[in-house]
Amino acid sequence: MAVIAEPIVKPASRFRFILDRRDMLGSIFVAPAILYVLLLVGVPLLMAVYYSVSAYTIYNPTWQFVGLSNFVDILENPVFRETLYNTFIFTFGSQILGLILGKFGALVLLRPFPGRKFVRALVILPWAVPIALATVAWQWMFDSLYSVINWTLIALHVIDRSQAPNWLGNPDLAMLSVIVVNAWRFFPFAIVIFLAGITAVPQDVLDAATVDGAGFWRRNYQIIMPMILPIVAIGLIFGIVFTFTDLSIVFLMTNGGPVGATSVLGFQGFQTGIVSGDVSHGAAISLFMLPVLLIVVVAMLRFIRRREI
Amino acid sequence: MQRSGLVGVLRETSFYGAVTFFFVLAAFPFYWMVITSFKENSDLYNVTNIPFWFNDPPTLEHFRYLFEKTLFTTWLLNSLIIGLCVTAITLVTALPAAYSLARLTGRNGEALGIGIFLTYLVPPTLLFLPLSRVVAGLELQNSMWSLVLVYPTFTIPFCTWLLMGFFKALPPEIEEAAVVDGCSLFGAFIKMAIPLSLPGILTVVIFTFTLTLQEFVYALTFVSASDQKPITLGVATDLIRGDIFYWGEIMAGALIASVPVAIAYNLFLDRFISGITGGAVK
Amino acid sequence: MAAVSTRDIIKKFGEVPAVNGISLTVPHGEFMVLLGPSGCGKTTFLRIICGLERQTSGDLLIGGDIVNDIPPRARGVAMMFQSYGLYPHFTVRHNIAFPLKTQGIPRTEINKKVEWASQLLGIGHLLDRRPRQLSGGERQRVALARALVREPTALLLEEPLSNLDAKLRASARQEIKQFQQRVGVTTIYVTHDQVEAMGMGDRIAVIDGGRVRQVGKPTEIYDDPADRFVATFVGTPPMNIVAKNDGYFGFRPENFLPKDMINGEACTEFNFRVDRSEYLGSERIVYGVIEGFDPKQVITAKLPPAHVADEWIRPGEWHPFAVRNSALRQFDNDGKRASRH
Repeated sequence: MAVIAEPIVKPASRFRFILDRRDMLGSIFVAPAILYVLLLVGVPLLMAVYYSVSAYTIYNPTWQFVGLSNFVDILENPVFRETLYNTFIFTFGSQILGLILGKFGALVLLRPFPGRKFVRALVILPWAVPIALATVAWQWMFDSLYSVINWTLIALHVIDRSQAPNWLGNPDLAMLSVIVVNAWRFFPFAIVIFLAGITAVPQDVLDAATVDGAGFWRRNYQIIMPMILPIVAIGLIFGIVFTFTDLSIVFLMTNGGPVGATSVLGFQGFQTGIVSGDVSHGAAISLFMLPVLLIVVVAMLRFIRRREI
Repeated sequence: MQRSGLVGVLRETSFYGAVTFFFVLAAFPFYWMVITSFKENSDLYNVTNIPFWFNDPPTLEHFRYLFEKTLFTTWLLNSLIIGLCVTAITLVTALPAAYSLARLTGRNGEALGIGIFLTYLVPPTLLFLPLSRVVAGLELQNSMWSLVLVYPTFTIPFCTWLLMGFFKALPPEIEEAAVVDGCSLFGAFIKMAIPLSLPGILTVVIFTFTLTLQEFVYALTFVSASDQKPITLGVATDLIRGDIFYWGEIMAGALIASVPVAIAYNLFLDRFISGITGGAVK
Repeated sequence: MAAVSTRDIIKKFGEVPAVNGISLTVPHGEFMVLLGPSGCGKTTFLRIICGLERQTSGDLLIGGDIVNDIPPRARGVAMMFQSYGLYPHFTVRHNIAFPLKTQGIPRTEINKKVEWASQLLGIGHLLDRRPRQLSGGERQRVALARALVREPTALLLEEPLSNLDAKLRASARQEIKQFQQRVGVTTIYVTHDQVEAMGMGDRIAVIDGGRVRQVGKPTEIYDDPADRFVATFVGTPPMNIVAKNDGYFGFRPENFLPKDMINGEACTEFNFRVDRSEYLGSERIVYGVIEGFDPKQVITAKLPPAHVADEWIRPGEWHPFAVRNSALRQFDNDGKRASRH
């Protein structure tokens, strides 16, 4: 059969190729997402800012401009100052604890052993399970009467019944409990991050270090740690942002108590703005989170960029 | 050599000790959850009993109570509906957006992608205040549909970013070949990019579903009517009569609600990791 | 009317011109090879012809019509990608049928053409397999069948042999060339391998730095290079280029022989000291230095092993070598050919 190729017949109609135009299609495709985000994140953000400088409450929804007086109000309020302080302690404490647990957990999970997959699946649970449900389990574990922790301590004769700590009723212990629960939630995520980072270190770099005489700890701290710092920093950004702004753990375990000892920014914003209906002061409290977040995110991104290998 | 034998044994023991430590640390609260849900109340509320195992035989009464005497099934249904609707909205929005940012917009696309992703970091405890006014304005207060409206604000950014990673991983020749072979860019998207990233899309669906199940702050803020609550909110706040916590039921409910999420995370863990760290780890 | 014709095509990525003014005409049925080193712009140029990139300026004509703003599917070109770009989720049959389906051709027509294309490429027995079940060579044939099934005005090939191992490459080269001659489709073939180019092209366009250095038949490119780049890029080992007062002169290793082997013709003599030699079976490559020029420059000679006595190539000794004047090439200071023979 004759196999001479012939020029193709051009399409008869000159349609406008609209579905081919890269720029047009690109814009149309992104539009819904951007619209959603602008309308339900961007605009509310602006609204929050405006609330914070107005005298808006749900009983008196006025948009009257009051300048920075809301911020002055909350800063003068000792409860707020304590909340701010608590939030930093809460975040700092749980992140550090979580990171340490995460680092060592990752080291343990690096080495293959029988049942490693199973252990790994279980270790992920605190992070995977909905925060409120895991918190409720801890709440039960810390129960003033039936705490299994107390039971164990008593059974081991470390303390007796009269000394049984009231985990959620004692201001310092309450803060400790909340920190522990948050660190417990965070450390599987930290393990995942560390594992991903460590396994990304090229084997030949590690081999070269071994040949050069570096032992286990030196390899760890002088070779691996610097190389995984960027990815750990990213994980830390997530951790800090979510911890600093969280209210679930505090709300469920202590409801901010006892007497505000565990009140954090997110929680107080909720109390003031939603429960009490004082929207403008609530917004001011919530907005306090922003500068800290911005500083943290920008600082860490800078840090990562400078360390790009 | 005896010395290395001893050192070796010590090392092994401390290693397995560490494994056990992490294992117990992570899993104990869940063990506690499980055992509480199956314990008789008389066993549960008795300080003299050993709490780690059953003293009275295990019972299903908490589960029965949960399903028969509480709104648990309603909450399950609510969560299912919310999850499905939010997933649908997210897919329809995030799939084209992710494709556009991955393939169609070049360097501006990178910046826009990061911008969209950063909105994921805007805390709910900041947005809930103005959003509560928006929800009230739309007359959706106290309805679970307020959550269907609000949840995509965080699922869309995250899923767009995740899907961007998946689309970028597709070899561009296949879409180019399709374009040369007669597809429009849109056709290449539908016929090539989507079918070939089904694993990624599946991951995103599962992940979105779990994100909606886990959410607490917006649910707490917008929904107080008991029959409109999603499951996490319901179990955590609604199984209380007066001052008394129905621990057995709470743990049973928490268990049921946690299991699917835990399974999903474990099945898709590797994919999540590569999606999340794909950009960071070069 | 040529099949493909370009007028001063320029493509800039940011400020950098990847393609810096290429005007080329490819008549119907020709096998045109775009030859050049990595990064020279040949692949970008091919993608512009295909429509996957849009040129910054300049005109592209296919079949006589300007197609600057027309998407790939309406240009009548077909492309075979370096990694084939087969659709992994389709069977081979569906892969080949796809370009016809997108044009809305009725099913019976499609089946006929798929049969024809698969017979042509000898892959009829593979029609129901998936790409991942095929070997490299089979995948290439499927890609080719898919490209040809539309009977395109031009067939564009992007370094098709680079994914094959060396053994397969030679036979694949044969097959593609024979195949193109049978079918007669205009073909534009991009490669960095000058052996492929010389062996397959009807004409070769040597490209460097986004510009065409020379277009011509393989013999012209080889014997009559337009500048130093073309002279040294084509030919293994490359042409010896020696600096002189006002430019350069060059001669190919196979033209650099012991004086005694050149009978009669006018030639230019050099005193040559051998430093080392390689015996390659069919030839002997000899490396050394010629007297009176840069002592660090290595000059190569390619000698037929049978006819050269060992004493001529003992390392360390000086011997008279010569180049026929007809084989000597002169270049000016810019590298361009000074006078063409």
